[in-house]
Amino acid sequence: MFPRPIQTMSPTAQRLYRVALPVMLVLWLLPLMGVAMTSIRPSSDLAQGNYFGMPSRLAFENYLDVFRNSPLAQYLWNSFRITIPVVIGAVALSCLTGFALAVYRFRLSLVVFFMFVAGNFVPFQILMVPVRDLTVNLGLYNTITGLALFHIAFQTGFCTLFMRNFIKALPRELIEAARVEGVTEWQIFRHIVLPLVRPAIAALSVLVFTFVWNDYFWAMVLTQGAGTQPVTAGLNSLNGQWIAAWHLVSAGSILAALPPVLMFFLMQRHFIAGLTLGAVK
Amino acid sequence: MTALPDPQAPTAPRKRSRRRSLTPWLFLAPGMAMFAVYVLIPIVQSIWISFHDWDGLGQMRWIGTANYSELWWDDAFYTSLRNNVIWLVLYMLAVPLGLMIALFLNQTVRGIRIYKSLFFFPFVISQVVVGLIFSWFYAPGFGLFYALIEWITGSGVAILADERYVTYGIIAAGLWPQIAYCMILYLTGLNAVAPDQIEAARLDGAKGWRMLWHVVLPQLRPATFIAVVVTVIGALRSFDLVSIMTSGGPFGSSRVLSYYMYEQALSEYGYRMGYGAAIAVVLFGIMMIFISGFIWKMWRDEKGL
Repeated sequence: MFPRPIQTMSPTAQRLYRVALPVMLVLWLLPLMGVAMTSIRPSSDLAQGNYFGMPSRLAFENYLDVFRNSPLAQYLWNSFRITIPVVIGAVALSCLTGFALAVYRFRLSLVVFFMFVAGNFVPFQILMVPVRDLTVNLGLYNTITGLALFHIAFQTGFCTLFMRNFIKALPRELIEAARVEGVTEWQIFRHIVLPLVRPAIAALSVLVFTFVWNDYFWAMVLTQGAGTQPVTAGLNSLNGQWIAAWHLVSAGSILAALPPVLMFFLMQRHFIAGLTLGAVK
Repeated sequence: MTALPDPQAPTAPRKRSRRRSLTPWLFLAPGMAMFAVYVLIPIVQSIWISFHDWDGLGQMRWIGTANYSELWWDDAFYTSLRNNVIWLVLYMLAVPLGLMIALFLNQTVRGIRIYKSLFFFPFVISQVVVGLIFSWFYAPGFGLFYALIEWITGSGVAILADERYVTYGIIAAGLWPQIAYCMILYLTGLNAVAPDQIEAARLDGAKGWRMLWHVVLPQLRPATFIAVVVTVIGALRSFDLVSIMTSGGPFGSSRVLSYYMYEQALSEYGYRMGYGAAIAVVLFGIMMIFISGFIWKMWRDEKGL
């Protein structure tokens, strides 16, 4: 293990480490904690210049205010309506593509695979004008469907990379044996591979959920107004309205961050397995 | 799925293999179609649009390379380009800093797993929220950072309103989640470092920096590769933070290419789709240098397997 386990070091070093851990953590999360504090500070505190001291009382009504006086609930709801279909769509498509690229040996297999990988890395701006134009022409501009369709297509790139590598690591004999038995290719996919890729499906679901929930650029390009915009874009326009009302901005930010954060803590193992794909040989 | 091989039918071997060769394409078709329509074809279309004058609604007018020659003389373009270079260089700090935190946390004491998750936390949050958090952090008068600087030097600095510091202020905000990402990559990598090699090196008297450099880092190469890839892409994709924190200001001094493109093509500055597309093509060209490098390496690894 590197660095040397702290247990093998002197008691002083061990004590130092135990103190350093929480101190570092507080420093690391300082901006976040500041915002969390601000979100429960009554607006009178801010008016009186009490920015850093203890809040004079816990003002959870800031959170209620945010819901009552802004369409934040609608924005959050939109985010769910966009994100959930995208998770289902992108994961389903990539099960198919990943299976094709991992199981079959054909000439263009690697070319197709790297096309998906490369497409993943391009700057969004090179897609912006044509995708917006296409969405307008399909009559899907400023609709949840229009935004979700783009996300499904784009996320399929990353999901294919993940799925293909995951399926490739499965024992090939399983598939060969099934073929000898005369099982059809579709049944191999449906009844042999699909049950085995469940961990990959879980990992991709949390990742895609987070990526799409946190998307801001495409929400700005393909939607407008509280009827369709997700919470990231919504927060941007609320920030414009709530000038200097930092207790509201903070409460809104915390609410917008909550779903992916909960997702992360509930599905931590899958989340990290997905993100660190390829970090170990 | 009628085209799939039917086990009952006594098929001739050749016919069977032809069917087998069609099967992967059937599995690929839906995903590839979506990806082509929304990603691959738009790249070509953007390049085509960049040679036109277009407001997004009326007729496109072919103007050859006029958009590119306009870029050549456009100061705002160079400001954005310079900022992109600064982003790229400073963002790379996320890799060594992530490694440092990973080394710090790579222990087995009680509660360490919670510490690791909490250190990773910033990456899970949307960049919009990160931008708002840092705007508050830097806010003149009541921002924590502002107050800190005021306390140390006697006068505060409004980071986001000062042309000299604004880009660095935004990059610092971007580094926060990026360091967390690199950290988690390295923590996973450190888990897989072969313990016997460490022990052997330790018996040979290697420790500290020398151990890290000669024994540990070579084994962390896959993690480093991915950390560099995601950091380069992240730096060149920077849009959300610029948009949230400054909208490119003050006086356009914190623009990056991605934001400048958006401004030209879609905001109140006008609907210059052709000019925007030209900026996007330049950004795409810069990214392709890196992407082809990454793909080339991954391709070689794939062939080597």
